[in-house]
Amino acid sequence: MSISSLEARELNLYYGNFHALKNVTVRIAEHAITSIIGPSGCGKSTLLRVFNRMNDLIATVRVTGQVLMHGRDIYSRQLDTASLRKRVGMVFQRPNPFPLSIFENVAYGPKIHALVEKHELAELVANSLKKTGLWEQLKDKLNDSALSLPPEQQQRLCISRLLATEPEVLLMDEPCSALDPIATAKIEELMLELKDKYTIVIVTHNMQQAARISDFTAFMLLGELLEFDSTSAIFTNPQHPKTQDYVTGRFG
Amino acid sequence: MIGIFFVALTALCCLIIVALVAVILGDIAWFGWGSLNLQFLLTAPQQGMTEGGIFPAIFGTVFLVLLMTIAVIPLGVMTAIYLHEYAPRKSMVIRWIRLAIENLAGVPAIVFGLFGLGFFIEFVGRGIDRIFLDGQLAFGQPAIIWAALTLALLTLPTVVVATEEALRAIPVSHREVAYSLGATRLQMVRRVVLPQAVGGILTGGILAVSRGAGEVAPILFTGAAYFLPYLPNKLNDQFMELGYHIYVLATQSPDVEKTKPILYSTVFVLLVLTFALNFTAIWIRSRIRRRLRAEK
Repeated sequence: MSISSLEARELNLYYGNFHALKNVTVRIAEHAITSIIGPSGCGKSTLLRVFNRMNDLIATVRVTGQVLMHGRDIYSRQLDTASLRKRVGMVFQRPNPFPLSIFENVAYGPKIHALVEKHELAELVANSLKKTGLWEQLKDKLNDSALSLPPEQQQRLCISRLLATEPEVLLMDEPCSALDPIATAKIEELMLELKDKYTIVIVTHNMQQAARISDFTAFMLLGELLEFDSTSAIFTNPQHPKTQDYVTGRFG
Repeated sequence: MIGIFFVALTALCCLIIVALVAVILGDIAWFGWGSLNLQFLLTAPQQGMTEGGIFPAIFGTVFLVLLMTIAVIPLGVMTAIYLHEYAPRKSMVIRWIRLAIENLAGVPAIVFGLFGLGFFIEFVGRGIDRIFLDGQLAFGQPAIIWAALTLALLTLPTVVVATEEALRAIPVSHREVAYSLGATRLQMVRRVVLPQAVGGILTGGILAVSRGAGEVAPILFTGAAYFLPYLPNKLNDQFMELGYHIYVLATQSPDVEKTKPILYSTVFVLLVLTFALNFTAIWIRSRIRRRLRAEK
């Protein structure tokens, strides 16, 4: 396995009394796509949200164990969640642009983090839109409302907005589940392009998607990480019978 | 049989309300319209208020309400932001604050007036005079600033409730995205929440203004004057106000019969002013609701 960028060690997470993640240990490879699959309610989104501490927003959450980014504990008291989330960004299930213009959406991150001088902002926005292939279509209507775009472009815009913040890791929580197959294919293509520069972790319900795009796959069931291996191993030679059942479509 | 009777009874009750409003408005419009003209709006009362216009009262009302808005909007918006964005959910403190705001909305206006007199004039005003002005009387007397602050307290619940409603209408997903991009809570509030809540805050402000513009009791002891030969131009000046002017015209005039047309027109002006403000608030609110629905 290549260098790991994120790592969870013996991670347990509770929502109140509910034990949502049980002793999860996983290493996420740098500049690769890791997918997390498993039936609904298995904890895959919860695991994803551990890496940028979005679970912190829920009052009753309690976490034990370690989560490391480049060897540093991201749950340590010294760590500032805002700066962690700047480095570990997230794309959500439903496209969720702000009700602002296309330009202002992409400029949001750079502005709050004061990444560039005012006169460089337009260039950063343009570059971010180019990375997701939106620039050619949208360059003449940057002041239009982001909400006027079709869902696929909205999701691309959300990815552009994230890239403008200059993160290292992209967490994607079923980013294609609100999109049609053609739009899904385009977003998948985009993810393959992005993995050269970013570490990508994707939660998906769609096993074909995991098989198509990811380098590593984690299979989760009832809060446990049952199996973690290269994607080809998980799909062609799973070690755990439950993994076998799931990837062959016997339950889910 | 009883069913029909009940329907008729409920319908009659509605009819009474509608008729009542129609009679009041019709009467005022009918008699008020006659002596209403530009001259009336732009001149001061003359001949013991039996002639002339109501300009000082309009000016005083606008000045008063402006000061009130400057005081109540920041206070109300900050309170709502704290309650909705920062305060821990379901804590004891929050329940007490909410209870206080609800009760504030239920306090009779005259009590606010007395409070304003006791607190702002006697305590704060006299305090300023004693400490900064060597006891010279400047702020320790009824003045437009104290009346405006008293009205601000009265209308505070309106602003808090309207702002909170606006904050609640902002989808969770927008807050989540802001956090996921590394925004601090302050950045989230400032750049995501507040811009979207502007409409709601505006609505609350306008409702507060229309409520404040019509209240007489709170300003009775705190700054409204029976008649002033000059317009207020300092914060510690007294002022004339439309609502109080109506009270004066109706009860304190030397010749009630002669002031009647002026009284009608003054009431008409006050009603038009508050209605216009209310309709603006309703219009803005419905526009916001439409936009929110379109996004969902």
